[in-house]
Amino acid sequence: MILTVASGKGGTGKTTVSVNLAVLASRSGRPVHFCDCDVEEPNAHLFLNPRWDEKKQITLPLPVVDQDLCSHCGKCAEICEFNAIISLPTKTIVFDDLCHACSGCWLVCPEKAIAQGERIIGETETGKAGDLHFTHGRLRIGETQVPPLVEAVNKAVNPDHLVIRDAPPGVTCPAVATIHGSDFVLLVTEPTPFGLSDLKVAVELVRDMKLPCAVLVNRHGSGDDRVDEYCREEGLHLLTGLPFRRDVAESISRGELIVDTIPEMKTAFQGLLVEVLTLAEEASR
Amino acid sequence: MKIIITSKGKTLDSPVDPRFGRGAFFLLIDVDSGEFEVMDNSEGIAASHGAGVQAGQRVVNSGAKALLTGHVGPKAGQAMEGSGVAIYSHAEGTVQDMLDKFRSGSLTPDTTEEG
Repeated sequence: MILTVASGKGGTGKTTVSVNLAVLASRSGRPVHFCDCDVEEPNAHLFLNPRWDEKKQITLPLPVVDQDLCSHCGKCAEICEFNAIISLPTKTIVFDDLCHACSGCWLVCPEKAIAQGERIIGETETGKAGDLHFTHGRLRIGETQVPPLVEAVNKAVNPDHLVIRDAPPGVTCPAVATIHGSDFVLLVTEPTPFGLSDLKVAVELVRDMKLPCAVLVNRHGSGDDRVDEYCREEGLHLLTGLPFRRDVAESISRGELIVDTIPEMKTAFQGLLVEVLTLAEEASR
Repeated sequence: MKIIITSKGKTLDSPVDPRFGRGAFFLLIDVDSGEFEVMDNSEGIAASHGAGVQAGQRVVNSGAKALLTGHVGPKAGQAMEGSGVAIYSHAEGTVQDMLDKFRSGSLTPDTTEEG
């Protein structure tokens, strides 16, 4: 079972929800693997403090042009959808950061002048926090190709485990790569106009991807009812919301797991875990 | 000899477009006859990345020997280096103004060409 915690708007509580659910699930005796798929800004390790076992560099293929073999025919530049390779009368230049590793250029080169080099896009790190398995990705600073690193994080799991993926915010390529292949998506939102507006876009995405989902309103009570109304109108599963409390925010700001520091949160998350897993298991039948 | 001047419009009276990669039009002008062709750059304007690279490729493919524009960005600059095209930046006024200046020989290129 792969459960992904996503959102539209950033800062709604995806990491808070995903790490606390994962810890409770793991402590109940279930084998769990946590994937922090926000490879641009991983932060789950700040709460889970895993002991690291393995670090792996992740690379993408990169065209390397042998200028002596190149006949300057321009076919590589013609096929490239990303303007990553330019054919000049005297040389052919590759722009690494534009290349999407589609392999078009080396396939069409009539002189076989383009070799497959590689470039590093980032790394994955795997470890354990107690019995909880943990993997995250760290994207190389300045790197533009995010989804391949997210895919590497997603692949680093034992498929028999309950996998909980913490998605990056939004609905762009990194979020799509995280959600792809999930069994169930938990959308975390807040009861504000921005929360609702971005939730609608996220719901559209999840529906396009044909995945079952449920909505969790975090910081319930801090805004209005429009998210609840929207969920009712759309026939979306609305989970029991998490209340807005200052002490919760303070505990999170100290990097603590709120299921350990605030008893009402432990109770709320225990209920949430049962609710979500039940819905997810029903949806998969 | 042909040159390219980036333009906001489709005629020689149009104001120069200071942009290259995301410039509106490239006017490919035969300096001797004054005849010209309008190259539409809407693909470049719409490109999310690599607009400068793409523009550089189009200039090279056109056979133009000089490019007159306001500013050439970093990727476009890299793409054009050693391309056989002389670059004249800081162009201003109308396309016709820059064409006249070019013909009079009063402009200095940013880079000189070695093939």
